[in-house]
Amino acid sequence: MSEKTDKAGGNGKLKIGMYWAASCGGCDISLLEIGPHILELIEVADVVLWPCAADFKYQDVVNYPDQFIDVCFFNGGVRNSEQEEIARLLRRKSKTLIAYGACATDGGIPALANTKTVEGIFAASYHDCPSLDNPAHVEPQPITQSEYGELEIPRFYPQVLRLSDVVEVDYQIPGCPPQAERVWEAILALVGGQLPARNSAVKVACFDKSVCDECPREKRKVKIKEFKRPHEAMAEAGWCLLEQGFICMGPATRSGCGALCVKANLPCRGCYGPSGEVQDQGAAMIGALGSILDASTEERAREMIDHIVDPVGTFYRFTMASSDLKGRR
Amino acid sequence: MAEAHIVQQEVTPAAVGWEPRIIAFLCYWCSYTGADAAGTARLKYPPNVDIIRVMCSGRIDPELITTAFAHGADGVMVCGCHIGDCHYISGNHKTMARMPLLKRTLVDLGIEPDRFVHEWVSAAEGEKFARLVREVTERVRRLGPLGWPQRMRERGVGCGMSLEPWGA
Repeated sequence: MSEKTDKAGGNGKLKIGMYWAASCGGCDISLLEIGPHILELIEVADVVLWPCAADFKYQDVVNYPDQFIDVCFFNGGVRNSEQEEIARLLRRKSKTLIAYGACATDGGIPALANTKTVEGIFAASYHDCPSLDNPAHVEPQPITQSEYGELEIPRFYPQVLRLSDVVEVDYQIPGCPPQAERVWEAILALVGGQLPARNSAVKVACFDKSVCDECPREKRKVKIKEFKRPHEAMAEAGWCLLEQGFICMGPATRSGCGALCVKANLPCRGCYGPSGEVQDQGAAMIGALGSILDASTEERAREMIDHIVDPVGTFYRFTMASSDLKGRR
Repeated sequence: MAEAHIVQQEVTPAAVGWEPRIIAFLCYWCSYTGADAAGTARLKYPPNVDIIRVMCSGRIDPELITTAFAHGADGVMVCGCHIGDCHYISGNHKTMARMPLLKRTLVDLGIEPDRFVHEWVSAAEGEKFARLVREVTERVRRLGPLGWPQRMRERGVGCGMSLEPWGA
């Protein structure tokens, strides 16, 4: 461990870090997905923090001088006080801090919890879950007195925040997870100093247009007759899923993934977040859906809309924390 | 310790001197002319409505409405030509499908249905417009302030919960 840190100290290589906060770990895996390129990366860079893959302690990071880490990839949103502390710490210690993946960029799946209250989340997690055995109704407390003294665990926040809600971010890489090919291009651009000027609003390793731009399916310019869910009907191959009635987030989603899901006959879930110039992905999708409903009366429109299960969870699946409203009241 | 950070879900009592702020998006050809007709006819309605004229109700991106709420509006009105009267033939057909879907989403996000009103107002319906504004203002007044920006700031959006840098 200390050997690694020492080596990282003065060999002229780039120092890179990867940290996970409120995320699933998929982002860490996706960085490995660049395959043999990882060897090229190691040629020019040393890893100085990567909790998922190597044994570094927070104290190591504290001991680094400020701005020691050249590039820090931060995946996951901020759900508790520990994650916020580390985000602030890494901001101090990093020259370039990159929000990596949908959670750090837009809140991702964890931010769907913003539609629930903290009490509701605790009730579901610690009391109501059918597979749970908690007769004493114990809930985690931030501070516990024990025979070893006062024990403290991170505080649970009322809301999942994206990284840029807490610290200044230099670049954002969207996607759940970001596609390896795009990430490798971004790393090359970063090493070569070709990235655009730093700005937390700049999304790299993706394109500005929508997923429809990359989608190979045929558009027949027909309106939606009824909404279907993927398990309710077989999608006809080669024909726009949205026109067939499956809610495909393509029109409201940034491209860069290469239309992976639609190529596998599944509707786009919207993980790359809103496309360029759009702030609120869900509102953009509502706008898009509204213009292609085959309804001549308001009643018919309402009837069709009633068939959409969980509009918030569908339209804001990955972007609750970056949407205009950012959560439930 | 954690309790201090959890915002209680309580109904905010209407602050003293608080007046509802309602944003109304009106289409140029019918509804704005309708509002104009209300003015010309000297009909009285509360001054709580800020009118934004757009060329067609089909141009009102749902994002404009979420933005209005997110920036502190207490209510939003969307008015356009009656179905069949659209100056651009089918602009309001799109509004007709978008607004109920948006409303369902807003309700799921905790915005009371009365805060978002979607109604057709023709150029001749000045009386209807004035009545609508009176009704909506009254309903929103009863609901109290929405206060979205303050609420989100209390939850750490934009600044985090702890302002202290760590490891200093």
